Amino acid sequence: MSRNLILGTALSSLVLLAALISFVWTPYDHAALNIPDKLQAPDTRHWFGTDHFGRDMFSMIMVGARTSIAVALVAVGIGMALGVPLGLTAAAHKGSWLDEVIMRGNDLVFAFPSLVIAILITAVFGAGALNAIIAIGIFNIPVFARITRGAALTLWEREFILAARVSGKGAARISAEHILPNVANLLIVQGTIQFSLGILAEAGLSYVGLGAQPPTPSWGRMLADAQTMVSFAPHLALIPGLAIIVTVLGLNLLGDGLRDWLDPRIRVARA
Amino acid sequence: MLRYALKRLLSLILSLAVASVVIFTVIEVAPGDPASFMLGVNAQEDTLAALRAELGLDASKVQRYFNWVGGMLAGDFGTSYTYRTPVSQMIADRLWVSLPLALFALTLSTLIAFPAGIYAAARRGKPGDLTVMGATQLGIAVPNFWFAMMLVLIFAINLRWFNAGGFAGWDKGFWTGLHSLTLPAIALALPQAAILARVMRSSLLDILGEDFMRTARAKGLSRRQALWRHGVRNALIPVLTIIGLQFSFLLAGSIIIEQVFYLPGLGRLVFQAISARDLIVVESVVMLLVFAVITVNFLVDLAYAAVDPRLRSRT
Repeated sequence: MSRNLILGTALSSLVLLAALISFVWTPYDHAALNIPDKLQAPDTRHWFGTDHFGRDMFSMIMVGARTSIAVALVAVGIGMALGVPLGLTAAAHKGSWLDEVIMRGNDLVFAFPSLVIAILITAVFGAGALNAIIAIGIFNIPVFARITRGAALTLWEREFILAARVSGKGAARISAEHILPNVANLLIVQGTIQFSLGILAEAGLSYVGLGAQPPTPSWGRMLADAQTMVSFAPHLALIPGLAIIVTVLGLNLLGDGLRDWLDPRIRVARA
Repeated sequence: MLRYALKRLLSLILSLAVASVVIFTVIEVAPGDPASFMLGVNAQEDTLAALRAELGLDASKVQRYFNWVGGMLAGDFGTSYTYRTPVSQMIADRLWVSLPLALFALTLSTLIAFPAGIYAAARRGKPGDLTVMGATQLGIAVPNFWFAMMLVLIFAINLRWFNAGGFAGWDKGFWTGLHSLTLPAIALALPQAAILARVMRSSLLDILGEDFMRTARAKGLSRRQALWRHGVRNALIPVLTIIGLQFSFLLAGSIIIEQVFYLPGLGRLVFQAISARDLIVVESVVMLLVFAVITVNFLVDLAYAAVDPRLRSRT
């Protein structure tokens, strides 16, 4: 296993573990206000200090990890659930009007920067975690459609697919039984990358007030709250920022590591 | 080449048309009537009807779509529901902040990425390469708005070299204006520079493995001469494509950074418009951003095809 894969797995697991543990245990109640203890710097009692309401930052970071992971994970799920079948269909009917419609639709979604989609959605339906998920998810669809189509097109030229066609299997069945398992590795790697982009996007949306709404803790929201207090309580901004960096860095390293690990050509070259 | 350009132009127009329909439809389904939002819940029905007629909201949806698109083509984006001023004027004022900011960030990102990418590629696998690649991994992982806050903390609050926010205005002089955009531009440029440096490195590594590079070395050029004369020049093609794409991304991406620095750009205009339910402004700014992205992509494709004839036969 490569260094990237080990470090990426370690960092990602750390964040995932924090999110999972927060369901059963946090050092303090993340929502409990404790004004006399407000704006405490990190110490042994409050490992990450307290915010302007005296809430324990460590507990908020743990619960905030849940929000980040949930939003990004569901957004990747939406992208895969819609993008992969679209990509498979486009590849199976290469050159047809269906392929053309799917790919032009993809280009169109790509032309809307994800943030602009999010703004449009929240302008219409209001801010909230669900709308953030939809906004990030929509942007994931063309990413998965394009990568699936690209990989599937090369597979359609291979002998084993020809054999499946000769045996009388239809395009849909071949796509599901033979193409999909062969592009799965690629999708896992891309999924990891989109997951990390989703974490960043969720943080950005929450920061500008378009993501998860209070009292749901979110790292982006914590940063927005910290902005006016950064001069006298820098830990308020430092800690949520570092949490985002650790998560995104971990996922990116994991994605790189997985790509190297799952790609047989690189493994052979290394051996 | 002409045939390719025409085909791409047709696809550009089609994309813009579909995008305008999508944006209009999404905004149309938005709950709430702008007229009653402007006049409050206690407004009389006849006053509301008069305002709706004044804003052109009483026409049919199809009619309003064509009014909107026709107006935009003539440079008229409608009138803001809240400010009662032409949207085109509001956008033009804000573009004087957002556009220079995006250009400034793009320049910085290129200035950082080129040397970093070339340095890393030239020292592939050595500590210098690993350091640059590690730094770019970190650069990609850092949220730019958080980085912006850290820049404010260090350079505005502690060192007092810059203002923590706001825009001095170009009428105070070019350098004063540029000075107030420096921290926002650095914050925007960092993640882009990290991506660009990685593209530069991998593009250059691909070129370094080509036969003509070996020929250049066999001709007697030193590694450095071959790198600069043949490597970097050829590696620039894909890098320029990414730079083109980054520009439109920076224009849209500056929306969040403008919030951090309280800059009066397009981003803040959109957020103010959303909270005031001034949907005509949201609609027009979003259309403008999409137009910018689609047009830049089109120009990049065209430039790419002009450089590399093989691409014209594709698509």
